Amino acid sequence: METLEPILAAHPFFTGMSPELLKLLVGCASNVKYDAGDFISREGQDASEFFIIRQGKVALELFSPTHGPITVETLEDGEVMGWSWLLPPYRSHFDARAVVLTRAIRFDGKCLRGKLEEDHHLGYEMLKRFVKIIVERLSATRLQLLDIYGTRV
Amino acid sequence: MEPVFDSKAAPKEAVLTPMAPEIFRVEKYRKETHDTYTLELRPASGTAEHQFRAGQFNMLYKFGVGEAAISISGNPSLANPLIHTIRAVGAVTKAISKLKAGDTIGVRGPFGSCWPVQEAIGNDVLIIAGGIGLAPLRPVIYQVLAERRKYGKVFLLYGTRTPDDLLYRGELEKWRARFDMEVLATVDRASSDWHGNVGVVTTLLKKLVLDPDNTVAMVCGPEIMMRFVAMDLIKKDFGLDRIYVSMERNMKCGIGLCGHCQYGPTFICKDGPVYAYDRVIGLLARREI
Ligand SMILES: Cc1cc2nc3c(=O)[nH]c(=O)nc-3n(C[C@H](O)[C@H](O)[C@H](O)COP(=O)(O)OP(=O)(O)OC[C@H]3O[C@@H](n4cnc5c(N)ncnc54)[C@H](O)[C@@H]3O)c2cc1C
Ligand code: FES
Repeated sequence: METLEPILAAHPFFTGMSPELLKLLVGCASNVKYDAGDFISREGQDASEFFIIRQGKVALELFSPTHGPITVETLEDGEVMGWSWLLPPYRSHFDARAVVLTRAIRFDGKCLRGKLEEDHHLGYEMLKRFVKIIVERLSATRLQLLDIYGTRV
Repeated sequence: MEPVFDSKAAPKEAVLTPMAPEIFRVEKYRKETHDTYTLELRPASGTAEHQFRAGQFNMLYKFGVGEAAISISGNPSLANPLIHTIRAVGAVTKAISKLKAGDTIGVRGPFGSCWPVQEAIGNDVLIIAGGIGLAPLRPVIYQVLAERRKYGKVFLLYGTRTPDDLLYRGELEKWRARFDMEVLATVDRASSDWHGNVGVVTTLLKKLVLDPDNTVAMVCGPEIMMRFVAMDLIKKDFGLDRIYVSMERNMKCGIGLCGHCQYGPTFICKDGPVYAYDRVIGLLARREI
């Protein structure tokens, strides 16, 4: 059976992480597949997981009663999805829907939190990586909020 | 640092009487989006040729209303028709948007510096546009594709507010279908029937494998977008002299006389609008210059 360890080791998110730490993470990881249109998570629901998208495209959507689902971001091959698993109340802020057939590695949040609490070095390594992604997304969101193409800014 | 390429090599001789507009007639009017339209113009005299280089602009004069600087969005290898893509935002551009085929308009130009298309031969070309910023870059795409074998990889990254704001949809589709060009579009927001990318244009950069030492980036869009794009390119080890931006400031004379477009030590109408990033980096985020 294909082990997930080499896949994780090759992924940019885990660059620089020691094989020992990766081994700890693999225990919380599994391969998943979603067909186009499948919801991976729903707003407000339990979000005790995060994903590394191997192939495909996922839309993060918010539902507006007047406009229906509005896509605010899409994520593709190699990108990381979900950080609500890190902090209570561990609930999703968006609907996540597979736009096309999507294959991903799913990490069980509860399992991960247990390991990160036990091994603070692993916790720090993971947090460093998530903070980088959160900062990048925050910066992109700020730009999006400015509505730069709308008026002269 | 001296720029790798000199984008100032504009054909100045093309402007014969820089303050007197020449009369053109609207040959075709095409609505691109809800607020943007493309005009095809021919000289009313039927004779004049209008040579230009990619990145240059004209001053379009709506009689009785005023003038606006508008980039030329057509093919530089075709002297006629003269093509402009215009977003109706204020007095002049809204008045021009009401023109119909057969109506006349005054044209002065072409003015300003150009994109380093010739100088980029032998390099990869990375074109990054936001909103109406694709209009000044379309001539670059025509020129590069006309001599495709002279360039390395060609990338076009394009961002707009919504899918309905994408310019030149038919051409975007054709360019995307080519095997020798990578085209990625993204929008700031969309409904769920849009299957493309959602996110700001900078997020597209992550999807490319770039060779910063052998790539020339040409960026046009709102100033904030250009700053963010430039920052990300610098993070990817692009030299400042390999990033080109097109600056837009309000213009009056278009020929370096009135000082209206002064931008620090330079006049955008004469020294710009296209600049190597190292020439404007210190000026970009300044409130008043
Ligand atoms: C080199 C160059 C190339 C250009 N190319 C194109 C092009 O290809 N297509 C195109 O559509 N436009 C282009 N523009 C932009 C165009 O010239 C301006 O939008 C121009 O101001 C339009 O004139 P207007 O009278 O219609 O609108 P204006 O009355 O000038 O108003 C335009 C918009 O900008 C706002 N505005 C005006 N002045 C200011 C100010 N001082 N501070 C903040 N906001 C202000 C107004 O509220 C309005 O929303 C170009 C500009 C330059 C300098
Ligand atoms: S517009 Fe008059 S100096 Fe540039």
